[in-house]
Amino acid sequence: MVDVRIFVTYKESVFDPQGETIKNAIHSLGHDEVENVKVGKFFEVTIDSEKKDLETAVKEISEELLVNFNLETYRFEILGGEA
Amino acid sequence: MKIAVVVFPGSNCDIDLYEALATVCHADVEYVSHKRDNLDGFDAVMLPGGFSYGDYLRCGAIARFTNIMPAIVKMANEGKFVFGTCNGFQILTEAGLLPGALKQNDSLKFVCKTVELEVVNNKTPFTSQYGLHEHIKLPIAHADGSYYADEATLEQLEANNQVVFRYAKENPNGSLHDIAGICNERGNVLGMMPHPERAVEAILGNTDGLRLFKSLLENGIKTEVTK
Amino acid sequence: MAEMTPEEIKAQKPYLDWSLTEHEYDYICDHLLHRLPNYTETGLFSVMWSEHCSYKKSKPVLKLFPNKNDRVLQGPGEGAGIIDIGDGQAVVFKAESHNHPSAVEPYEGAATGVGGILRDIFSMGARPIASLDSLHFGEIDRPRTKYLINEVVAGIGGYGNCMGIPTIAGEMTFDNCYTGNCLVNAMSVGLMEQKDMQKGRASGVGNAVIYVGAKTGRDGIHGATFASADFADDKATQRSAVQVGNPFMEKLLMEACLELTHDHHDWLVGIQDMGAAGIVSSSCEMASKADSGMELNLDMVPQREPGMSAYEIMLSESQERMLLCVKKGHEDDVIKLFKEYELEAVVIGRVTAGHQYVLYHHGEKVTDIPVSSLTDDVLEEPSAEQMPARIKTAKDANVPEISDVNQALKQILAQPTIASKQMFTQTYDSQVRTSTVVGPGSDAGVLRVRGTKKGLAMTTDGNGRFVYLDPKIGGKRAVAEACANMISSGALPLGMTDCLNYGDPNDPEIYWELHQSVSGMAQACEIFDTPVISGNVSLYNENNGEAIYGTPMVGMVGLIKDLKHVIPSFVQKAGSLVYLVGLPTEDDYAGSEIQKMLTKTISGRLHDFDLVKTNQMMKTLLNAMEQGLVESSHDLSEGGLGVALAETCFNTNLGLKLDLDLTKAQLFSETPGRFVVTVPKNKQAQFEKMLAQDAVLIGEVTADGCLEADLTDGHLQVDVLEAQKIWEEAIPCLMKSKD
Repeated sequence: MVDVRIFVTYKESVFDPQGETIKNAIHSLGHDEVENVKVGKFFEVTIDSEKKDLETAVKEISEELLVNFNLETYRFEILGGEA
Repeated sequence: MKIAVVVFPGSNCDIDLYEALATVCHADVEYVSHKRDNLDGFDAVMLPGGFSYGDYLRCGAIARFTNIMPAIVKMANEGKFVFGTCNGFQILTEAGLLPGALKQNDSLKFVCKTVELEVVNNKTPFTSQYGLHEHIKLPIAHADGSYYADEATLEQLEANNQVVFRYAKENPNGSLHDIAGICNERGNVLGMMPHPERAVEAILGNTDGLRLFKSLLENGIKTEVTK
Repeated sequence: MAEMTPEEIKAQKPYLDWSLTEHEYDYICDHLLHRLPNYTETGLFSVMWSEHCSYKKSKPVLKLFPNKNDRVLQGPGEGAGIIDIGDGQAVVFKAESHNHPSAVEPYEGAATGVGGILRDIFSMGARPIASLDSLHFGEIDRPRTKYLINEVVAGIGGYGNCMGIPTIAGEMTFDNCYTGNCLVNAMSVGLMEQKDMQKGRASGVGNAVIYVGAKTGRDGIHGATFASADFADDKATQRSAVQVGNPFMEKLLMEACLELTHDHHDWLVGIQDMGAAGIVSSSCEMASKADSGMELNLDMVPQREPGMSAYEIMLSESQERMLLCVKKGHEDDVIKLFKEYELEAVVIGRVTAGHQYVLYHHGEKVTDIPVSSLTDDVLEEPSAEQMPARIKTAKDANVPEISDVNQALKQILAQPTIASKQMFTQTYDSQVRTSTVVGPGSDAGVLRVRGTKKGLAMTTDGNGRFVYLDPKIGGKRAVAEACANMISSGALPLGMTDCLNYGDPNDPEIYWELHQSVSGMAQACEIFDTPVISGNVSLYNENNGEAIYGTPMVGMVGLIKDLKHVIPSFVQKAGSLVYLVGLPTEDDYAGSEIQKMLTKTISGRLHDFDLVKTNQMMKTLLNAMEQGLVESSHDLSEGGLGVALAETCFNTNLGLKLDLDLTKAQLFSETPGRFVVTVPKNKQAQFEKMLAQDAVLIGEVTADGCLEADLTDGHLQVDVLEAQKIWEEAIPCLMKSKD
């Protein structure tokens, strides 16, 4: 079993009203140093890498379901797991 | 003309569409489960509002994988009428039957109110009974209705006259180009965030949505006659 | 961690933390079991004997409520009460408080409050058709309060919108006494065919007990006792008191249960929601009501987490679960039906002969006690009562000094309790299911009943200020105000539900308030013929020793015979006559909005009023409405006539020109039982003949958008648009400000 983390975020050009609101809240706490906040989704997926090639599986899952390419993009990290 | 109203797990405006068609317009309409794999015998299919699969992940993202979807795509390809309102619109974009996507409202809040719309294309089978540039009022009720598409797609939509309804006066959710509803290039697939099915009876205070269903029924019957 | 042995429990008294007293524990040992209860059993007793489940404190008082008349098909004691509305149909409703969970985790607290009350409705075999709420917060003057408001409102909307049940009416008030303990009361209304009525009972030896819905986790253990304990305490056992809702699962559960109750009632013996105190309360109540025994195997209960103890499984308050009693032989049919909705249904036990409640876990018998010991043998607790000094010594409130009446009206329209709540109500889907005739912002919400001419009006009302000043009169006023909301919409009040929100009942003054206010409400219910068919009690609403104003929330439903005569609360056309209908306006300033605005206090002696006369007048007004004599009607509440006059003109472009035999101050008096009504000129004679001395002609509707009135000591002249802008912008402005 291998744990994989998938991060889905808005593409650069897409306005992120949640991120904007959170940024304003951070500013109101006095943290003027914060330039930008982006909100995204985070998935922790446990995969049996013996059943399928890991990267292929992650790509398929992300691109078919987890990501809407009109708005979003993604990246992933493969964490260590039991062999 | 026989119309299907698809019921996904979590659909909740299915009854509203059904009643608008059956009770108000006396149309031949039937509920169809998302589990069914064909729409044989139907001339039009309607995707209702609601929270299919709880709107988990993204609105409409999971409904797209239900059994019924290939049959809906087939109807769209055959030029039959496909209509989605609210969650139905979100499903149509997720399924790729309409371009773009629906984002969370700029206000970050669900909003239920009546808004003013401009009919920008009355050449579709859904809008033929409206005047071009006519202003109508329809209710909206959504948290994710902000239409987004990249510049190229937007240009194409405008060039092809695919924007059918635009928010007039006030843009309630941050939609680009004030888009409230769009159709595909062929004009037989319409998706819109406002709820015409909520505006078909005087007792509920608004009948501006009625002509959308009447247009559809009239054009459906015309097609049958010319077949 | 090993569970304590019965002897250790006796010695170490862990039950004290679960709100069971030593006296109760000893009584259970000596008189009910004749042995020491084990750990699981002690847990079951502590939760079933909590106020939330047993009503041990409030029961003597609740007996005062009338709960029967010709129309009542089901009174208190089931998931919700049921009232006949003719044509073989019935309306089902109940309200419930979720104050404590909402104070801790406002979004989920409010959301699961809505979820719970919806389950109560569909467990009766009815389809929920509307949600209402009654919310009371502190003043909008600090970030915490704004956070609570935003989250509670989002939770109500989040759950209700996803379920596809319109939230069509409600109320929201603001007073300092709610700052540390907000009130979140939710009401649900359902509609059913009388033939589909269900009950929560488990009878017939060998019949199956079936668990359906979400898996059981460790969430909300001791939620029921938590709701019945002082709130300032922050004990480790309360750590997980708030549950997380899943409205999508509930939508599926609702559709599945409705299919079962409507199409297959021959399979079903009984059905009940797993609400407070989860499996234990639903199962033992179902057995108790049918005088049956029951045996459950907890290993069969679907579990979300590994290693749960019997105690945890039984007390979990995981959401979106129901318990069914199904006829032997139909288990697989029911399991298959739920599977179609992608829901889990599992046989977890059987109805048994005798009266024992027996639980097995990991092959061991972990509980074996009489069913009735959990449900019927609870010790009622007599409570000391004492009239608070403030009431004994109360004098008439001062007459407010108003120099500029125009300014006073504008200022009062901006008070949060009076100002527009649209900013919040527009985040609720109020139209889904396309039956909403009148949505939020009116005297009452109105739904049509599809396929008939009928309409149902519904409202929630609670005014803690009046109860604080005089609980008995305050109680009467709460019921009268709800009735006025019904009448004003053209509906005959049918009956009511309530949430009784009070502080610590062990305080004799608070118990006195509870008792007095219920007796006032009961008296009004008798006279208005509005039986109390369901309800809920929420005690211990305190924060750091400060109790809230006792706030009984009244949820009322009324029947509109013919929707042709549904009455709008806005004036309709210029030239129509304006009447002030009802009890004569007096100097009623104690507890009024004007008093609070000008003096920042709530004080003075409350004046009593004549319920019989009020009832007669209201029924006459309804009669006039049903004869088509009335164009619009708005009942007078907070802010008195002045506010009602302004509200009745909003969004109309119309105005009023009036001649009032009242002072500037009296414009804001809150005498109960009054309406501002408009009547077309050609109906004048008929209307005046019917209402006789109950209606005073005060002027005319005008086309100029100006609210104008001659007063005995001055002149009111306010531009309606300007007034409306103040009324609309007040709350958004407060919510946005940085403090």
